[in-house]
This record gives sequence, C-alpha cells and structure tokens, in this order.
Amino acid sequence: MTKKEDTGFIDRVWNFFASVKLAIVLLITISLTSIIGTVIEQQAAPEENIKVISRLFGESIAPTLYNIFLKMGFMDMYHSWWFVALLLLFCCNLIICSFDRLPRILKIIREPMVPIKDESFKGVAIKRELRLKGNLIKVSNETAHVLKSFRYNFAEIKEEKNIQFLTQKGRYSRLGVYITHFSILLILTGALIGGLFGFKGFLNLPEGETSTVAYSRNGNPIPLGFAIRCNSFDVEYYKNMDMPKAYKSDLSIIVDGKEVERKTIVVNDPLTYNGITFYQSSYGMVPGADGKFILKVVSKNGIEKVYDNLKLGDSFDIPGTSMSAKILDFSPALAINDKTGKPYTYSDELVNPAIYIGVYDKGAEKYRGWILKRYPETSNLPEGHKIEFVDYWGVKYTGLQVRNDPGVWVVYIGCITITLGLIIAFFINHKRLWVRLSEEGGSTRVIFGGSANKNKLAFEREIERMVRVLEGGRK
Amino acid sequence: MSSTFFGISTLSYIAAMAIYISYLAFKKKGIGIFATSVTVFGFINQTIALLLRWSESYRLGIGRAPLTNLYESLIFFVWTLILIYLIIEFKYKTHVFGAFVTPIAGLALAFIELSGMSKNIEPLVPALQSNWLIAHVMISFLGYAAFGVSFATGLMYLILRSDNRRQGIYIFWTICVSIFIIILAAFGIDYIHYKAVSSGQEMIIKEHLFESTFKNPSLAIDTVSWLVSAGLIFILWRYGLALKRLLHSFSLSVEILDEITYKTIAIGFPLLTLGVITGAVWANTAWGVYWSWDPKETWSLITWFIYAVYLHGRFVRGWRGKKVAVLSVLGFVAVIFTYLGVNLLLSGLHSYGSMK
Repeated sequence: MTKKEDTGFIDRVWNFFASVKLAIVLLITISLTSIIGTVIEQQAAPEENIKVISRLFGESIAPTLYNIFLKMGFMDMYHSWWFVALLLLFCCNLIICSFDRLPRILKIIREPMVPIKDESFKGVAIKRELRLKGNLIKVSNETAHVLKSFRYNFAEIKEEKNIQFLTQKGRYSRLGVYITHFSILLILTGALIGGLFGFKGFLNLPEGETSTVAYSRNGNPIPLGFAIRCNSFDVEYYKNMDMPKAYKSDLSIIVDGKEVERKTIVVNDPLTYNGITFYQSSYGMVPGADGKFILKVVSKNGIEKVYDNLKLGDSFDIPGTSMSAKILDFSPALAINDKTGKPYTYSDELVNPAIYIGVYDKGAEKYRGWILKRYPETSNLPEGHKIEFVDYWGVKYTGLQVRNDPGVWVVYIGCITITLGLIIAFFINHKRLWVRLSEEGGSTRVIFGGSANKNKLAFEREIERMVRVLEGGRK
Repeated sequence: MSSTFFGISTLSYIAAMAIYISYLAFKKKGIGIFATSVTVFGFINQTIALLLRWSESYRLGIGRAPLTNLYESLIFFVWTLILIYLIIEFKYKTHVFGAFVTPIAGLALAFIELSGMSKNIEPLVPALQSNWLIAHVMISFLGYAAFGVSFATGLMYLILRSDNRRQGIYIFWTICVSIFIIILAAFGIDYIHYKAVSSGQEMIIKEHLFESTFKNPSLAIDTVSWLVSAGLIFILWRYGLALKRLLHSFSLSVEILDEITYKTIAIGFPLLTLGVITGAVWANTAWGVYWSWDPKETWSLITWFIYAVYLHGRFVRGWRGKKVAVLSVLGFVAVIFTYLGVNLLLSGLHSYGSMK
C-alpha cells in the first residue's frame, strides 16, 4: 500500500520536473528576476545603490528599501541562495526533461522504417502519385536510380505485385535539441568547476620586481607556485594622439631562479603558465620610486651603446667620439605652448616623457634640446649621432588580473557543442520517404509518400524534383 | 568620402519607407517596384560606404573593420536588416513587408541623427582590439536583423488577427506601436530642444533624456506629455483596426507571416547564441572572465530566454499564432533594450556605459 503511494509520489515529482511548462515558467522567472540585478549595481558600495534606489523610489524610503533589498540578496543577487536555487531547479528540469524524452527519440531514430500497408498512402503528410509506362522491374530500376542520384540509401521490400522503397535522411538531427540541452549543463558544470577549484586575484607588479603570490579581492595572498617578474611596462600611443594604443608588460616566469618563459602581454593577449593566466588590466605609478633613464646611443658610424642606469644630472659619452651628453631635465608629459613656443609639463602621468639633453664636445657645450620617447625623430643630433630615449624605467607598476579557471575548457567545449546542437536542431531535418510501385495493367503506378519533422515545404519540393526527374528520364 | 554614400543610403531608406507605406495605401504595383528599386539603390550605396569606411580607417593608420562603435554597429544592423528583407521580398514576391521593415531601418538611422553620436573613425582603446569583438558584433547584428524581421512579421500577424478592441493582443500591439512612436517623438523633441545648448553632441540623449517632455521640471509640461501619450495610445487603440483592414486588403496569409516569423527566429537564435559566446570568449581573453553578470550580458541572456520560450512553446507545447507572435514582438523589444536601453537608461543610474 505504502509502496504504491511512493511510486505515485515519485511519479508526480518526475512529471513535475519533466514538464516543459516548468521549463517555460523557470525561463520567465529567471528572466524577470535577472532584471533586478541589472538595475541595482552588483557588489557595489552601499551609497551607490542607495542613490539608485532613491532615484527610483524617492529619498525618504531609500534606506529602508535598501535594507530590505540587502536581506533579499539583491546586492549580489546572482550569487544569492534563491537565484542559485532557481538555476539548480532549471538544471534538474533540463536533465529530467531530457531523460524523459530521450528514450522515445532514440526509439524513433533506431527503429527501422516499415512499409506502409495502405495502398493509397492514406494519412501520409506529403503525397505524390504518378503512372508510368513499363513493367514493374523497369520502373523500379529507374526509381532506384533516381533515389540514388538524390543521395538516398534505400531498402527495397518486394511483395507479390508491388515493391516499396524505404529511405530516410537526417534521423540523428532529432538529437540536436538534446545536444543543446546537454551543452547548457556542460557550460554550467564548467562554471561550477571554475568557481570551486579556480581563483580570481590581482597583482600590481612594479618594473623590475618579482612576486610569488597574487592577491584575492580582500587582499589575502594566493601562492602561485612560481615567481613572476615584470621586466618592464610600457604604454604605446597612437601617432600624434594621447590615446593609448597598447598596454604592454614584459613578463618573465621564474622557477628555481631560472627564467622558464618570457612574454610581452597586451590586453587581449595574456600569458598562461601552469594553468594560471595573467591579464593586462591596469597600470600606475609607484609612489616615491626612483627611476632610471634607459638611453640607446648610436654614433654616426654605427657604434652603439645602451646606458640603462642613468639619473637626472648624469653624463654619458657618445661612443667613438669626443662628445658627451648630460641629462639636464625631465618631463613626464611634455607639450609646447602654442603661443609662446615654450615647453611645459601637462600631466604627472608618463604620457609623453621627454628628457632635456645638453651636448658637449671636449667639455664645451654645443647645444641643448628635448628628446621625446614617443617621437623618435627627436633623437637625431645634428652631427648624425642618435640618442634614443628608450624608457624611464622603474617608476611604473603593471596591474595584472590573475586567474586560474580549470573549468574554462569545459565551458568552451559546451559553447562549441551548443552551436552544433542548434545548427542541427534548426537546419537539419529528419526526412522519411516511402515509394510504392505496383504494376497495374501494363503500366506502373508510383506513389511517393514523405514525412519530415520540420521544413515540410522544402521536402515537398525535393520530392517534386524527384518526380520530375523520374518522368523526364523517360522522354 | 564614405559619409556621402552613407548620406545617400540614409535618404534612400527613408524615401523607401515612405514609398512602401504609400504602396500599402494605394496598392499600385508600380509603386512597389519603385520602393524596391530605391531600397536596392540605398543598399548598394551603403555597401560602398561600408567598404570605403573600412579602407579609410586603414589610411588613417587605425585599420579595422567598421564594426566597433555604436554608430558603426547601428549602420551594420541596418545593412543586414535590409539584406535579409530583400532576400525575403525576393523569395516571397511581395512588397508589403517593406512597409514594416523599412521603418525599423528608418528608426535606427533617425536615432543615429537624433542622438548626435560620433561618426568619426576613432582609434580603438586596447580592450577593443580583438578579432573576437569584430566577430561578436557582426554575428550579434546579423542575429538582431533577423529578429527585426521576425518582429515586423510578428506584429503584422497580430494586426491581422485582431478582431475587436477588447482583445488582449489588439491592446498589446497598439500599446507597443504607440510606445515606439512616443519614445521616438520624445527623442526628437529633446534633440530640437537641446541641440542649441548642448556642447558635447552625444550628451543630448544621455543627459537630457526625456527632459523636454516627461522629466521636465515644469509640472505642466510633464502632465501634458503624459496626457498626450495617453491620448496617442487611445487614438491608436480607437483606430487601429483600420490598419488591419488595410493589411487585410493585401490578402496576406497569416500562415506565411507565422512561417517567416519562425524562420527568422530560427536563424536569429543560433546567431544570438554565437554572438553571446564570441562576446564571452572576448571577455575571457581580455579580462579572464567569460561571464560577469553585467547588465548587458544579463539582458542578452534575458533576450535569449524569451526566444527560448518562443521555441519551446511552439515546438513542444504546440503554441501557434497569437501567443508566439506576442513573444516575437517582446523578444525584439528585449533586443533593443539590450543594445540601447542598457546604455541609455541603466547607465543613467550607474556610472558605466558610454554613447561613444
């Protein structure tokens, strides 16, 4: 007695989860509740959202509403228990719904086609009938030929006075929907793997420094298992504009004191080592840092020398000559006043770094001038020598996002399969075709019967073309 | 150079819209052919303009496909919408849909002009320099254009299937159409009002949205705006059936409308999916997060869900006709909201989003 009730209960639960009605209700519920999180800024500072709420509902009730919303998890709603519960319910629905239907679909796919008993193909969705001269054998050979030319592999069933050709195409396309459903689960699984076993961190790494940890959002160190060094950071600008073209960090991975990998990363091109990926995310100036000027000096006859440890006021030689130069001044962002023609510094950031150089021959000053990092044409000296301002090094840090997401490949595979699933589901149809031939008084009666699970019109047209080829071949 | 061709195409599409609508009114075959010719002419010009803009960006040393800012994406949306429309017109051999599809193109183009968004070819900030982004924009807008067509045919379906003014679907579509007209008119008034005072052009819509009408400091103008809107809804509700009679006279079959709605959604849905995926891949290569529940992502998911409901309702629950036509209209409203509403309305509340 109890046992019977049990199965009844389980059946009811099963049917509840297997229903498409539930799927539709869930889709709508998730959609509607999701809207909340697009209006209220997620994981934001309380003031931000109190401002939003007072704009929407008025200032007087904003604090009260904020507290209510906070309790309901609206401030981080996509991670709140009820939203996660909705997603879980959605997954259960997807799984059970698919299991509920899959056996039936597999049966349809596996089942061999059976000949249609009814002589005039009653109840078949698409039907086309014609009469051809010639006996059964002749017409059946011709029909077989036409079917082959349309790339249909058929089974031939012979009866006393008639022959039936059975053929179908695209039966596996019925699985497209389930591939799509499965892919959604795969993507969610990937997200779960990433959430459970991965980490999100950041790291602000000054030029020349090395770190063995990244930091979580609350500032806790996360060990990397290797060391990472920032060799240099640089911003590349568009020509004649202060608009950044690329943020570049030259990074090295160091294991046991040895450099094992080196890469210059830019936004959209990160560095991955040992499953941990470093993304270019921001940059800044290290407060109170002591920078070094890196200059590349090339003399007229091609002798090259790189100075990588110069300070303001330092002198250096131009190799192969009796000349020397001295760094007299530095500007992080040099501009020329349009009216007076005088140079001035327009920003504290390293937007347009420039050095003011004095050039000397045997101790006597020859001339002075600005050399700008972003404008290589300023590095040419009148004598044909070149002083290139390579970098003002050691004052910037690169801001890196540090991520470990072991689930991302599962997500990507899910993305590929969901695309395939949808293409199969929408653009391939399961077509079934029966052709019945029977000899009736010197001529042969041919009936085409077809059914398709979608895009019937196209199949009808294909059958029409077959009929025309079959008729045309006789003329 | 490209702007001349863009100008010609904009004028052509707006002319085509008027001609298609007069075709609807007069039903002369010649007018229909004329409308199509003008559309094709506009389309050719727009194609040339897109290619020119592409090559211009290389000349400027920026070098990228014209698919990276709001202006370019809206232009591309119009281009694909017209392309899909022309294919449908060719396939179904009727000019009637034109009167419903070209206004969507006209609306997008008018929006470009009214918002005063930047049309310059600007260099890209580092985060936007990604082929995934180009793929994302292209695929998404192909999808949006397909949904645009399904919206038009879905709306026509609803109009044709309305019998009386008390019917739910009749009230639904008259309100939808009214809101479209009201929003566009309010944009227009804002534009005229603030054109003179606003220095930064793109600020008109972002900062003064509806300030000349619904959000006006003067209570009187405020009230009048709401009353006029209510009046418009009422007028449309009162005389909407005339539109039905007009459409009816073309002996359009509702089955064909239903079929086109489905087919365009069947094209749009995989494209939307792929658009979301390429966007996620781009986000992952740029920041290491493929999904962060930001409002744009969330709204694209909501759009995806609405069309998923359409498909399940249609295939599994056997919904046909009115119910799914309503969903096709709602789906496109969500598309527009994902694309513009998130930037315009939600970014007014928050600090992110930019009309650039």
